[in-house]
Amino acid sequence: MSEPTPGSLTAATAAGPTIETDSAASPVEPSPPDKPRGFLGDAWYDLRRKPLFWISVTFIAIFLLMAAFPQLFTSVDPQYGDLSRSRGEPSAEAWFGYDVQGRDVYARVIHGARASIVVAVLSTIGTILIGGTMGMIAAYCGGWVDSLLSRIAEVFFGLPFVLGAIVILSTFNGPGERRSPVEIVMLVILSLVVLSWPVSMRLMRSAVLATKEADYITAARALGAGPARIILKHLLPNSVAPILVYATILIGSFIGAEATLSFLGVGLQSPVVSWGVMIDEARQFIRVSPFLLLFPASFLVVAVLSFVTLGETVREALDPKLR
Amino acid sequence: MGRYVLRRLLQLVPVFFGTTFFIYVLVWAVPGDPFAGKCGERRCPDSYIQAMTEKFHLDEPVWVQYAYYIKNLLQGDFGQTFGGRPIADIIADAYPNTIKLALVALAIEGIIGVIAGVLTGLRRNGFVDNLVLVSTLFLIALPTFVTGFVLQYLFGVQWQIVKPTVSGAPSLGELILPGFVLGSVSMAYIARLARTSIAENRRADYVRTAIAKGLPMRRVVGVHMLRNSLIPVVTYLGTDLGTLMGGAIVTEGIFNVNGIGHHVYRAIITKENSTVVSIVVILVLVYLVMNLLVDLLYAALDPRIRYE
Repeated sequence: MSEPTPGSLTAATAAGPTIETDSAASPVEPSPPDKPRGFLGDAWYDLRRKPLFWISVTFIAIFLLMAAFPQLFTSVDPQYGDLSRSRGEPSAEAWFGYDVQGRDVYARVIHGARASIVVAVLSTIGTILIGGTMGMIAAYCGGWVDSLLSRIAEVFFGLPFVLGAIVILSTFNGPGERRSPVEIVMLVILSLVVLSWPVSMRLMRSAVLATKEADYITAARALGAGPARIILKHLLPNSVAPILVYATILIGSFIGAEATLSFLGVGLQSPVVSWGVMIDEARQFIRVSPFLLLFPASFLVVAVLSFVTLGETVREALDPKLR
Repeated sequence: MGRYVLRRLLQLVPVFFGTTFFIYVLVWAVPGDPFAGKCGERRCPDSYIQAMTEKFHLDEPVWVQYAYYIKNLLQGDFGQTFGGRPIADIIADAYPNTIKLALVALAIEGIIGVIAGVLTGLRRNGFVDNLVLVSTLFLIALPTFVTGFVLQYLFGVQWQIVKPTVSGAPSLGELILPGFVLGSVSMAYIARLARTSIAENRRADYVRTAIAKGLPMRRVVGVHMLRNSLIPVVTYLGTDLGTLMGGAIVTEGIFNVNGIGHHVYRAIITKENSTVVSIVVILVLVYLVMNLLVDLLYAALDPRIRYE
């Protein structure tokens, strides 16, 4: 796999089919100070100029830091409760107040980032891997394989998302089951993946179908490249962009989905701390202590918003039509 | 065209059976006692277990049970709950409310979304454009249950403009707030869809011709541009109707709407398996048929599209 093939060496290969629309990458005028940029380079050039991009990246960095090292933000134990301070208002000691068990809401919100973000990131990776592989196989093989995989995808696509997730989770994570936190997290991830891979499969399939007929694929095949080489070296780099953009947006919507499932009582459950679990616990006290809902909900919204915004700005930068 | 419809209908068949079988297996083939907790504090009497096992064919393998279920379903019989209430009753009771809620949501998202899309598509990068872009981003980012809670708290509790929850047989007026919540995410998508397609058509030759002819702007936008730009919006609304009905679980729960999502959620929690399967069957059927109709509608609206 080491001999050089035309246009498969650098990261800029993702230019592929869109290279005609990209005037900066044409080798006609390579003026030394302004080096010719590839498709990705051009997108990066575009992105760097967008304040929204930097804002969302900053927020995402903060949330990732929060998920990895919650100790940096708070030294309070999120599980320690003192009933005498139940539903205490926000104050200097506890910025966000205390919840109904007398636990520090600020510490819980910080520690809640981990579960929410781990679930969202792992389910996104799973969705993209399964959907992408299926889409690649369907588009590359075509024929009856394509029909079969598309029908299977439709089976899962036709299920309403929330409904399907409730059925799956209540089956394996019913009120009677005693499961460890790790098992619950895995189940939630599994149900999110099972119900959302068809969309990424469709994206991948149409992207591969569009690249499959290109001349360089025919050329590679004529040079004797096997299916594995064609898929990995040629098709994949040239059709992966849409699904990657979709992945960014997907992380955002999975954070929301995890919260929705926890809210419905079938997702993560206490003692796991996540924003959805906190919102679920706060809903009964919405009249007397609205701040219990406010803080986890606003963290949730800002996190979702950051990922969705990042996805949108990247998509705008990658879409030549919007230039 | 006829052959296309036939082929699509044939493609629906395996998808329909696949989805319902998936749900059926998930709901019925769970390890554990299906009668746990059905008879209150004590164990169920053997005669009851025997009768129920016979009635629901619980001693047969799951695919045989499924075949029995489908056989009854094709004869129009949705089966009964464990308590003996016909499921068709529950559906007849709750389904009109869900349809009403979905239609209210559809109307709200269609009207507001298209207006916002047209206003922003005509003037890109203005103040209104940026306002709509930011607010649609917010609507997309907010999970429905947060929108629902916040609006319920503000309108129902704080300002007392509407009742926080709706009555058993809600009127259309009562459903405006739940409908807004249910349709809020799609509203954002519609606004963006309409904006992009208006902005694209704004540069089209026929629009320039219409303006050059001296037509008033209202006619150019209202007749020439809207007719062409709204095709993707109309098709999106069609698919969305199916999605809204299935996605109404959260909204119906928050506002206590006596709808199908409410029932299916309760049925899942109380392990009323037949009710769950039957409602999912209906939702999937509606979804599949709506998708087919949308594809046909697409050809009717846009003469450039032909199905062989």
